[in-house]
This record gives sequence, structure tokens and C-alpha cells, in this order.
Amino acid sequence: MEHAIEMIGITKTFPGVIANDNVTLEVASQEVHALLGENGAGKSTLMSILFGAYNADSGTIRIHGNEVDIKDPNVATELGIGMVHQHFKLVHNYTVTENIVLGMEPKNRLGVLDIRQAEKRVAKLSDMYGLRVDPTELVENITVGAQQRVEILKTLYRNAKIIIFDEPTAVLTPQEIDELIEIIRRLKAEGKTILLITHKLKEIKAVADRCTVLRRGKYIGTVDVSTATEQHLAEMMVGRAVQFEIEKQPAQIGDVVLSVRNLSVADGLGNLKLKDFSVDVHRGEIVGIAGVDGNGQTELLYGLSGLSPVVQGTILLDGNDITHATIRRRIELGLGHIPEDRQRHGLVSDFTISENSVLKNYYKAPFSKKYGILDYEKIDADAEDLIEQFDIRAGRGVGTIAGSLSGGNQQKVIVAREIHLSPHVLLVAQPTRGLDVGAIEYIRHRIIAERDKGRAILLVSFELDEIMNLCDRIATISKGAVVGIFEQHEVTEREIGMMMMAGAKSDGGEA
Amino acid sequence: MSTNLKKETLATRILGSDGAVSVLVVLLGFLVGTILVGMVGRNPLNMYKAILQALSGYNIDNGRMNVRYIGETLNYSVPFILCGFSMAFAARAGLFNIGGEGQYIMGMTVAQIIGLLGPAVTGLHWILAITGAMVVGAFWGGIVGILKAKFEVSEVVSTIMLNYVALYLSRIISLQLPGATTYKTANYPDTALLNNPFFRTITNNSMLNNGFFLMIIAVVVYWFIMEKTNLGFGLRATGFNREAARCSGIPVVKSIAISMAIAGAFAGLAGGIVALGSFRYGRVLSGMDNYGFNGIAVALVGNNTALGTMLAGALFGLLKNSQALMQSKQIPKEITFIIQGLIVVFIALRAAIALYFAWRSKRQLQKEVLKK
Amino acid sequence: MAEQEAVAEGGVEKMSTLIGMIPSILMIVSPILITAIGGMICEKSGVVNIALEGLMGIGACAAASAHVLMEAAGVGMPSIWLSLGIGALIGATFSAIHAVAAINLNADQTISGTGINLLADGVTIFAAQILFRADRTREFRMGMQTDALGIYPTAYIALAVVAIAWFVLYKLPFGMHLRACGEHPHAADSVGINVKKIRYIAVLSSGLLAGLAGGCIVLTQTIQYTSNTINGRGFIALAAVSFGRWRPAGVAFAAFLFGTAQAFAIIANNFPALRVLPTEVFNILPYVVTLVALVMFSGKNYAPRANGKPYIKGAS
Repeated sequence: MEHAIEMIGITKTFPGVIANDNVTLEVASQEVHALLGENGAGKSTLMSILFGAYNADSGTIRIHGNEVDIKDPNVATELGIGMVHQHFKLVHNYTVTENIVLGMEPKNRLGVLDIRQAEKRVAKLSDMYGLRVDPTELVENITVGAQQRVEILKTLYRNAKIIIFDEPTAVLTPQEIDELIEIIRRLKAEGKTILLITHKLKEIKAVADRCTVLRRGKYIGTVDVSTATEQHLAEMMVGRAVQFEIEKQPAQIGDVVLSVRNLSVADGLGNLKLKDFSVDVHRGEIVGIAGVDGNGQTELLYGLSGLSPVVQGTILLDGNDITHATIRRRIELGLGHIPEDRQRHGLVSDFTISENSVLKNYYKAPFSKKYGILDYEKIDADAEDLIEQFDIRAGRGVGTIAGSLSGGNQQKVIVAREIHLSPHVLLVAQPTRGLDVGAIEYIRHRIIAERDKGRAILLVSFELDEIMNLCDRIATISKGAVVGIFEQHEVTEREIGMMMMAGAKSDGGEA
Repeated sequence: MSTNLKKETLATRILGSDGAVSVLVVLLGFLVGTILVGMVGRNPLNMYKAILQALSGYNIDNGRMNVRYIGETLNYSVPFILCGFSMAFAARAGLFNIGGEGQYIMGMTVAQIIGLLGPAVTGLHWILAITGAMVVGAFWGGIVGILKAKFEVSEVVSTIMLNYVALYLSRIISLQLPGATTYKTANYPDTALLNNPFFRTITNNSMLNNGFFLMIIAVVVYWFIMEKTNLGFGLRATGFNREAARCSGIPVVKSIAISMAIAGAFAGLAGGIVALGSFRYGRVLSGMDNYGFNGIAVALVGNNTALGTMLAGALFGLLKNSQALMQSKQIPKEITFIIQGLIVVFIALRAAIALYFAWRSKRQLQKEVLKK
Repeated sequence: MAEQEAVAEGGVEKMSTLIGMIPSILMIVSPILITAIGGMICEKSGVVNIALEGLMGIGACAAASAHVLMEAAGVGMPSIWLSLGIGALIGATFSAIHAVAAINLNADQTISGTGINLLADGVTIFAAQILFRADRTREFRMGMQTDALGIYPTAYIALAVVAIAWFVLYKLPFGMHLRACGEHPHAADSVGINVKKIRYIAVLSSGLLAGLAGGCIVLTQTIQYTSNTINGRGFIALAAVSFGRWRPAGVAFAAFLFGTAQAFAIIANNFPALRVLPTEVFNILPYVVTLVALVMFSGKNYAPRANGKPYIKGAS
């Protein structure tokens, strides 16, 4: 068995961080090899080195036995290595064809672009590998699944023999994940070697042959997937026994706190993304919104929090109509919000932990004295409490600049602030995205704790296990509308997956 | 997971601090200016002699001392500092105010109008004129803020357009004032003036006036609002991360409009002081004074802080005062504009210095890692 | 409006006056259009360039100086074209400063652009002082000549610039790469496109075109370079880029609109009713029109997505 890829003794550092510490990876020809590790373990870095996006500080790389120096993506492409990125590298206002041929455009004799030729080639490739796309459609108008197929076609157009998939299932519905697994099996049958970067154990078990585990930049081990259990893989990944299920008390449900009726909200370009949405959240329960990213969850949260205006419908908080209320008013009436994008909406990175902790109430007593003068002593003292209570690791205490904290600690600051405001309703979006297992466990426990204190919680998450694990009731959203609301024990993941796909938009080129 | 091996020595921290960068940038600007002067065949030493004289009043060539230069340097500093604060205030709120020029012109024009036509009551007259200058400056700045916050119109272009509108509007209005010629208006009544007899005596008849005190008050107000109040907190949050501020309930549209209005008021005040402080009559502008544009450089060098902006404004005032002296020594006065422009371009060094330090700590890490 | 007056006051004579104004309008529109196309190219690659004003000034000063010196040295007709070329080259050279600051040093592009504007103010008059001992260049005797229709060659140059820009951006692979750099530089980088190199070319092109436009202004509309020669036209060109939604046809239309507003002072002279207004009213017109146009039709959603953001490898 010849090795298709050998990465030996790879070390790569960034300012303040050793991303890869003497890592070795050996991938056999025509196998599906998974690269498993937590967020920040170094998997993406290692693959970026293989793809030429970064250069290793030290180590050797051999492709099919020949030592190579992969200086940049061009060299990688020539060696037959292609990458399907986690965050698609597609130009939004170019067509499918233009994106696929970018950098290798067919030209006519005068040097002018020959788009017609390009479209023909794309259609041929698409047929050959069973990857359905419409060559003339603009990338911004096709589904996420279709966009991923465009990314795959990009590599095939360049004659890739080795294809790297970086966290490919993060944005897919269960059905689309099944389709992807089929695609991977087909590519393997056509002679390709596949590298799968992921932290999803189920998928590794479904399609990988072998799996290499990285932790904190170091190589831990390589196992044969058919003989390894999910539990064993998880332990290698984290370094200790992992608790998969959260134990929680049955819910003590009270009366309705948040009432959403026929809510319609448009996105930034004026398109109606949330249509006629209705849901009630009671005291002491967690209601989950399950769905694939882009089906109106963002607009739902923006409409509820006040970030976007409401086109139609009503929102009642404790009986108060907040449909058109200012954001500040909603906060004052008891609406808490842990936003999806913590850098953009949750924190001011240049502010200290103290300043971030009072972002929503700095203008009120006791933080604000007469004539609008701030009382920094009180603010700092309050923030000190929060740091202790929530175990926030900060190098310089309350004076630490928020931008210098790790992802997990940043999220803790946000969670601490929101909980400290004692909201009646807590909107929570993607609370554990990009965090390591320790932080994930902590945040989830906190959310359950708040629910047990009687808060009403609305949870939006793209991770189906998180929804199944934490929520008491689950509403599935597809194309901006509610598809079904069920108690957690009444419904399976499969069924939710089906509901997510209901009324899904055109998937590109039915050929 | 991250192993932070960067060792921060005291020297590194001082060298990397913003104050040091500003000093470095100023020195570099002067260095290039000196070389340029030398390259065109003039004696750079004359440039520094002129600057020295403007600073201290001491004429190195004939050993004579004239304190009037010190007074004039301080006097010139006032509009530079105020226009610097105009830019700095807006910058802290995340806006690039290059409309200081227009706000200054409007302030000057209104001050002239009230100076000539207002009630000739001691004390009340100049206060009314100065207040009017600040109000119209605030208005001129506020428009830009609203256009940005509500209509997403880039403040870079809208401020420049308003600068020119202000210039021509000022001409139209000033030419209508009583006793106006093509370049000046009639004399003001005494009650409108800001002049200060005490200053005149101790600085050998320079034009230093009460505007100086107004400037100091303005600086204190700037610092206080920014660092100590709710308003300043909200503005700073908006400036650093507008979306996070909005998500936290901070009224962002209002904040942007208010900060541009306050920024405009600073520049308007500068215009008012120049109108009523130095001369006995108003001017019909034929071109821009450029205090507004230079305010940009002042704020950048001063890094938008109270102390830094004051020092930078004083530096520019010094350079302006030295221009006539330079010209008399065959150094084209435009060299000061060139130095100022270079300083702004070199401020780009700030980002480069951050790159440099990142590169250094990476090298250090590599060495430590390879040692293992 | 002007046309209605034309009809009311007895048609044919006034209509021909209006048509007779087209050469003047073209004369004023051309430099704005050339600069705006340059600005569009630059922004489409992802770099904001507010130094267009200063670059036009530098080009104008260089062209005026070169021309008057060559005139004195007895170089005949070619002097005009050589001067334009010199203006363009010097403009490109100065824009390199912005390129280095924005692309290599990841500087704030607005600050760097402002710095160049300030620098240009100083350098141009400084050069005039050294060369001509005055705060303006020496007057030259003969500027550019118009053709049989009364139209300056600059109009044809402007037309050519628009056509070439369109062709390169939309019909050649290079153009497709450039536009990708402005929308999603990481995507471009991942397929092997050299983002920094392309952005350099774009910035230098905008400097070249702005310098050329400055030369056009000084050689067609006046007899020397002073600190008032450009007077905000660089910024009007910038507004045209935004108003024209970063597409050649739109930018051309916008430049035409703003240029016509600027030409109004000349146009107004032909209509007695308007002659009574003070000149300042016409001076204000182009700036007010630009401002109103931006407010009513501002489309920030049409800007290239990566516009103004320094490209840092691997930050995605």
C-alpha cells in the first residue's frame, strides 16, 4: 500500500501559538482518511500547509513517495491536491461556471474569455461525477449544498487526485449529509484519495477508513475506524472521558412570557426571509429552533432583538407589545440576547471586560451617577464578581481587553453579562460555536441552570444534537416558515431532518 | 491551548507605544523634508533657524529676541488644536471628519455676521458671536452625521462637498454684509472682539487673544465628555464596534449625529475665534484657510487623545508661524505642507509597526520551538 | 429647464446654442470621467483611493510645468502629448506611495489617501516655487487645440479609456481576476491569483489615469497650474464611482451628470435670465448636485465586498 501523502514532523507557529507541533500524517492511496480534533487542535492548519496556503516552519512532505515543497496553492494544484473549504471561497456575484474556472479560464485565440467553452466543460464534469449544478446560475442564488458541489467541482476541474474536505457537514441538513457521503464514496471509487477534516464522530464512522487524531497541536494517534468506538475517538480527541448527554430535570413550565405571532422579517437586501412565524415560549422551558442556516433563523433573532425592523406580525413580551420598540426598550423590558456572531454583536473587542459587562446598562444607576458621569469603581467591582462567578480566565482581570480573550472566555463574558441582567426571556444563538469541549459543557450547563430558574429560553442552533439535548420543545424552520412544533420526546432526529428539507429551494440543475 | 511565549520588555512597550510612534513619524517627516530642501539646493539649516525663531523669538543670526513670535505661535496653535479636536472627536466615534474646513468656514461666517450686525453690548456681543459659530458648526457637522447614519452616505465625500458649498456660501453672504469689499468687510465694533490687552503687552503686540482660554476650556470639555460620561461611553462603543453597540441598545444613529455635531462645533469655534480674535474686520474668503484639513493631521499625530492633540496642534502652529521667516530665507513655505503630508502618510507606519512586532514574536517563538 | 426655455424663446437659434455647448460640456466631463474610471478600477480590486484629488493635482502640475518648459525650449506640437504622458507617469509614481501603504503595510486606506492629498498640495506648489519662483507654474502660450467640431482630443481619450476599461474588466481573464480580488480576495488567492500584484496594478492605473486627467484639465481649461486648478474634481470623480455603482456605464453617466453641473457656469452665460445670479451660485452647483445625487441614490450595497479592507493571508 503506497502512501499518497506523508507529512512528517510538521511544525507551524503563529504569533503566540504553536498550531502544529511535530505532527506526522500518513494517508494511503484511495482511502478516506479522517482528521479529527477539537476546534483549535491544528487540523485546519495542517491541511492548509498541505494545500499551500501556509508554509510549514519545519518538516517534510511527500506525495506518492516524492518529496515536494508546496510553496503556494498553485503548486498544490499542480500536484493534484484540491481543497473544499469550510467557508466557501466563492465570489458571490459570479456564476457557477465563473467560480469554477477562475484562475484557469479558457480563452480564445485573441486571449478573450470563452465562457461558452467553460460552461460546456463544467456541464461535462458535473455529469461525470454526478454533481448537480446549473452552470449559469449566480452562486449567491443557489443552496448551500449546491455551493459545496461547486467547491468540489473546482477541485475536479483542476484534475485533483487528492481532495481535502474541511468540516464539510457543518452547513448541511441530515439528507444533504447523506448525499455528501455518497459523493465521497463515489469519488473514492473513481480513484481519488480523500482527507476529511471534522469533529463529527458519526460521520467518521459512516464513511472513513482510518482516522488520525490531533489535540492541541500534537499528534495523538491513528486508528482503524471500523474497530474504534465513538467513545474512544472522543476520548482521544479531548484527553479525558466525555459526557455526551446532559442530565437535566424535567421542565417546570409556567405561563407564556414571549409570544410571537405571524412574524415576517426581511433580510438586508429586502427579501422576506421569515414568513408568518408564530411560536410561544413559556417560563422555565427551552424552545429550540431547528433548521439549516439561511432559512430565516437569523431574521427571526434580528426581528425579536430589534436589529431588523418587523414587516408584519407582533411580538409580546410579558404582555408588552415590543414589535416596533427600540432595542434599548426591549432590553429594559427583560429581553436578553446571546448573539450568533460574538465578535460582531456580542462584544466590543477594544473595550475591557468591565466596559463590555455594562454595555447594556451603563447609563443606569449604580453605574451612572448624577449628570451622566460614570462610576468606574462600581463597574469594576461588579465585573470582578462576574469573573469569579463564571470562571473567566483573563490575564489582567477586569481590565483585560476583550479581544485578547480566547473564544470560550469571550463567550463566557457575554453569557455572564446577559444572565446578570436577569432577563425574562433569553434569546440564544449558536452558543457553543467554535468552542472547545470544556467551554461547550460549561455553557450548556449554564443554559439549563437558567431554564431551571424559570427563565424562558429560545435557542437557535445548527447542531441537531445540541437541540435534541437541551430543548424541551422543538420548532423546525424551513424557508422562513414553521414546519412543525413538537415536544422533544415526540420526535426523532430523522424526522426533524425531513422537516428541515420541506419546501427547500431549487437545488440547481436537475439536468 | 495557546502557548504565549512573547516576552514584553519595558523597552519594547515604550517603543511600541502610540506616543513613540507619533514622535517617530514627526521626526521622519522632518528628515525627509530636510533632505528635500537640500536636494533643491537650499540650505536646510535656514529652515530650522526659522522654526527656532518662531518657537522662542530668538533670532540666531543677530542674537536678538522678540517675544512676539512666541505669542503668534501660541495664537496660530489655537485653530489647529480645535480643528484637531474636531477630527479626533469624530474619530473616536468611528467617523472620518474631513469636513472640518467647511464647519470652520461656516463658524467664521456666522461669527462675522453677528460681529457686524449683532447687539453692541459688552460681554454679550462676543459670546453671542462665538456661540453662533459653534451652533452653525454643529449643524454643518450634524448633517454629515445624519447622512451617514440614515442614508449610508460616505462621510468622506459628503464632507468634501459641504466644504466647497460652505466656501461659496460664505462668499455670497459676506459680500452682502455692510461695507464689504471683495476681500474684507467693515470693521467690527469693539464689543465683538476677543482681544486681550494683557496678552498684547507681555507678548510685544502679538495677536494672542482670549480665544486661547476658550480653546483650553474646549479641550477640558472634550476630555471630560469622552472619558467620564455616559455619552462618551456610548460614542466610544459606537466608534469601536457599531453593530455591537447597536445590539446593546446604544442609539447608534443618534450617537453618530451627535458626535459629528460636536465635532462640527469644535471646528466652528475655531472659525469664530479666527474671525474675531486676530483682525478688526471680517474677510471675504477667496480660498480655504486649511486649518480644517490640517486638523486631520493634528488628530492623527496626537492619536485622538487630549494631550497628544494639543501638542500636535502646537507643533503645527509653530510650523505655520515659521513660514514667513522661511520664505525670507529662500525656503519655499510649502515645505511645511509637505512635512505635514508626509507625517500623515507615515502614520501608516502604525500598522507596519504592528506587523513588525508580530513578525518578531513569531521569530522568537520559532527559535524557542526549534530549541526543544 | 434649459431646453424648455430654448423652445419658448424661438427654437432653432437656442437649440443650436445648446448643441454648441456640447464641446464645452465634453471638455469639462472628460477629465472627471478619466479619473472616475481609474478610481473604479482601483476600488474594484479592493483598494479605496481618495487620493484621486491630489494625484490629479500632481499630474496637472507636472504637465503644465513640462509643457511650459518644452515650449520655451522650442519643442513644437509634440510637447502637448509629451506633457500629458509626463503628467500620467508622475501621477502613477505618486500613487505608488498609496499602493505600498495600503497593500504592503495594511494601512488605513482613508488616512493614506488623505496624506497623499496633503502631500500633493505641498509638493506641487513647492515645485512651482523651485522651478518658477512663484506659487503657480508659468503661463504657457498654447494649450491643446480642438478639432474641426470644436471638441478637444481629451473627449476621445476619455471615450477610449471607458471602452478599454470595460473590455479589460469584462472580457479578459485579467479583469475577472481583478474583480475577484475586490469581491473575495481569499477565493482569488486560493486559486493562485496574486492578489497583491493585481491590486498594485489597479492602484498604479488609477494614479496614471488621474495624472492624465489632471494634465487634460490644465491643458484644455486654463493656462497654468495653481492651487485652485483641481478644486474638488477628484472627489467629484470619487462620488461618480459610487453613484455609478462601480460599473463603467454607470460611472460614465454619473461623470457626465456631475460634469454638466460643473459646466453650468459656462452654459448659463448663454441665457440672460440666469446671468444675473452671482457666479458663486454656479460654483456651488456641482457640489450640491453631487451631494443630492449621493443621498438619493446611494447604493453601498453595490460596492465590491472587500473594498477598503487590507488583505491578510490566511485570516479567513
